[in-house]
Amino acid sequence: MTELTNLGVAAIRDGVREGTFSAREVAEAFNANVAKAKVLNAFLVETPDHALAAADAADAARAAGETPKPLAGVPIGMKDLFCTKGVPSTAASLILEGFTPPYESTVSGKLWDAGAGMLGKLNMDQFAMGSSNETSAFGNVISPWRRNDGGNAALAPGGSSGGSSAAIAARLCPAATGTDTGGSIRQPAAFVGISGIKPTYGRCSRWGVVAFASSLDQAGPMARDVRDCAIMLEAMSGFDPKDATSLDLAVPKWEAGLSGDLRGKRIGIPKEYRVDNMPAEIDALWQQGIAWAKDAGAEIVEVSLPHTKYALPAYYIIAPAEASSNLARYDGVRYGLRDLPEGAGLQDMYAATRAAGFGPEVKRRIMIGTYVLSAGFYDAYFTQASKVRALIARDFDRAWEQCDLLLTPTAPSAAFALGEKSADPIAMYLNDVFTVPSSLAGLPAMSVPGGLDSNGLPLGLQIIGKALDEQGVLNAGLALEERAGFTARAEAWW
Amino acid sequence: MVVSAYTLRGNTGDWEVVVGLEVHAQVTSNAKLFSGAATEFGAEPNTQVSLVDAAMPGMLPVPNRECIRQAVRTGMAIDAQINTWSRFDRKNYFYADLPQGYQISQLYHPLVGEGAIDISLDEKNPDASGKRIGVERIHVEQDAGKLMHDQHPTRSYVDLNRSGVALMEIVSKPDLASPAEAGAYLRKLRAILRYVGSCDGNMEEGSMRADVNVSVRRPGEPLGTRTETKNVNSVRFVMAVVEQEAKRQIEVIEDGGKIVQETRLYDPDRNETRSMRSKEDAHDYRYFPDPDLLPLELDQAFLDECRASLPELPDAKRARYEALGVTPYHAAVLTAEVENARWFDSLLETGAKPVAAANWVTSELFGALNRLGKDIGSSPITPDGAAELLALVADGTLSGSLAKQVFEIMLETGQGAGAVVEERGLKQTSDTGEIEKVIANVMAANADKVADYRGGKDKLFGFFVGQTMKAMGGKANPGVVNDLLKTALG
Repeated sequence: MTELTNLGVAAIRDGVREGTFSAREVAEAFNANVAKAKVLNAFLVETPDHALAAADAADAARAAGETPKPLAGVPIGMKDLFCTKGVPSTAASLILEGFTPPYESTVSGKLWDAGAGMLGKLNMDQFAMGSSNETSAFGNVISPWRRNDGGNAALAPGGSSGGSSAAIAARLCPAATGTDTGGSIRQPAAFVGISGIKPTYGRCSRWGVVAFASSLDQAGPMARDVRDCAIMLEAMSGFDPKDATSLDLAVPKWEAGLSGDLRGKRIGIPKEYRVDNMPAEIDALWQQGIAWAKDAGAEIVEVSLPHTKYALPAYYIIAPAEASSNLARYDGVRYGLRDLPEGAGLQDMYAATRAAGFGPEVKRRIMIGTYVLSAGFYDAYFTQASKVRALIARDFDRAWEQCDLLLTPTAPSAAFALGEKSADPIAMYLNDVFTVPSSLAGLPAMSVPGGLDSNGLPLGLQIIGKALDEQGVLNAGLALEERAGFTARAEAWW
Repeated sequence: MVVSAYTLRGNTGDWEVVVGLEVHAQVTSNAKLFSGAATEFGAEPNTQVSLVDAAMPGMLPVPNRECIRQAVRTGMAIDAQINTWSRFDRKNYFYADLPQGYQISQLYHPLVGEGAIDISLDEKNPDASGKRIGVERIHVEQDAGKLMHDQHPTRSYVDLNRSGVALMEIVSKPDLASPAEAGAYLRKLRAILRYVGSCDGNMEEGSMRADVNVSVRRPGEPLGTRTETKNVNSVRFVMAVVEQEAKRQIEVIEDGGKIVQETRLYDPDRNETRSMRSKEDAHDYRYFPDPDLLPLELDQAFLDECRASLPELPDAKRARYEALGVTPYHAAVLTAEVENARWFDSLLETGAKPVAAANWVTSELFGALNRLGKDIGSSPITPDGAAELLALVADGTLSGSLAKQVFEIMLETGQGAGAVVEERGLKQTSDTGEIEKVIANVMAANADKVADYRGGKDKLFGFFVGQTMKAMGGKANPGVVNDLLKTALG
């Protein structure tokens, strides 16, 4: 039954419902894959018992003739940014090493309520800050993909949800949670040839999710295809009175509404996304995506999002500003790491704890954030960036007068080698150039695999939709998925 | 209108004092501003702390509607602008009493804008001229926790019970010009808060505390540099801070020094202010809009409900009492504390005559409570009980002096006035025949004084009244006695 790990969420769910196989068999198969793949470093914590318990509950419910839960029998990976009750949750940081929350995040709780089980906590960029997974305090995740150049370069699985992307691509789990602040679901999905959707800001509760930049953070699913994303997102979404920014709206039946027919849809191509030095392969994929969209019946229109070029600078002011504040709670007083040098006072303890507990990228962003919020610079940076953000949102609003969805590449390149960009933060930040604008506007956006580059590495296409139009985004994703016929997968070398 | 021309005399001339108060008032609510944790005073450390208050990873604030409602009602009570769109900001600074590392407050867009409070320097003397003190704003924010880090060599002791409790910060304009005005403002503000029910005003328990901003200047000159004395927790101390800090500043300036803008604290034992931290390590608070919270938008229905729920406020109540004929003094005394006013209103509701009731409450009842060391809340006499007593006075059953006797017995025994009168036969008599008999006896026994009176010694009239009353055991109707004596003495 090794083939069970090749199944996605829908196939597992249906198989368990129909009795083709048991949920326990599924859980055991994935547990075994997780245990074998330690070299990928995708999991920070393995929780085989959690997966087995959920599986047994699903099997028992089926035996008792109960109505199956939406995710009954589906084991998943949980990004370590989600606090999970009784399971260590560190956000891949030293400062939270050993922290075990006595509470369950709303999103993870909803997934367990839907019948899913947890295979483990997935590695990630520390506090979700990074685009390559190299900022994890517990070692970077290695992408299961290899270039076809005969070299053995270890590749980045993308970030910050790199553990999630790698684990799905390597068949360690059929789906996983991710979080996306400026592209942290979409870019890693693109790097490993899977799908991922960041819903409208407010769809998924942030309660119990370790905060990076509160006004941008949004949970979403990552899975091997669009349908699986729809199923997962339905389980993860919904109003939460414990999150003041949560949307008080019913969750649509996205899976039931799936259709790859784009007739009557207008898809906008934002001209400003044709950035300098964009690899020809990315542009070619984009053109291919346009052709697929036309084939699915969509009308293609060129649109303008004139403030796109300011999105990245604005993002790298707003996100660090919020992060510098959100991370102030990690001070060595109540939980997590506490470093008290001999004879030190309170301030020294703070300094020592934070110096020891945060990695260089986190420190960099705390410093940037603190700087842009300080009294003398607030107007020049934060206020200005907030205005830019409003203009970017207005760009989208104007675009929606001409089209229903936008189609762009997900990332400006395929996966790069680990270490290749880590010395150059700006080069690293540029990875988010296509994903950040929709994050700033709070819009739903998805990445689906489009093809391979000349090195045999996956490339992703991004669809951006109007606020609350996850259905439109998923449908366009499905249309592209059907035409791309993307079946490539990483050869198991681990 | 200036209440007083308060000046301090220095070695080089007169100085004026300029004072502004930032009052932190704890909002009366069962739960904290952004969490469901309880807010009871005096609980064991860290027993009223939710995951949100402890700033556990991933925890989020959710505004408590009741706290917002109370702040809006308070704003309405001081005729302030209510901002239907307001926003919470984070005020970032590192201190272990602040588990999140920031305080959620309002800087850029407060809930309540400009308003005003009318004060009178002598609250008991309504003839003293009043003064209108501007209120700049009221914003809502979280309280911090309590921190001790000198109790253990390697540990910080943190009590987060208060952390996250809702506070209203009520910021006055620098309109106060003397210790007396500062005291009057604080007392009036406290009275309004207690009327509205938005804060219990209990300064001993820290429900209300003031940061006192003081500067001095030569008359007519621009504002001087101010200092801020933090967390002053009584009206008396606030007045002392104004006086001591003004004197200190004058001394510094006259000695050729300069006032440093700084935070100070007040030491009541030495009656002096001391520097708390210098400007050099003043905090850069790094404010920005709290991204966990959406802006607060108040709809008309909410505002209408807030306004409809406001009680009659002290000034209105006082005016109403005065219109009923109650003296301004009594009206002021009766409205100074909300519990007293409520008690008096209950008494009026029984149909008691306002003027007589006011006289009796302010002198007899308050006097007795004072003597017994009780407040109105624990008064042994209920408004209905008082009404019964007053009715007996009004219908002539009891004279003033009999009423006093009856009242004393009521206090001792808890009996009703009617029962006391019945049981002890303390009824006043207006029986002219009986009184005339007694008068005749008194006149017969004091023939010499009768002659003196008739010879022009008018002052002796009181003597005859006294003798007659004494002979009747205090039960004679004094009016009847007067009339009959006048006739008998010719």
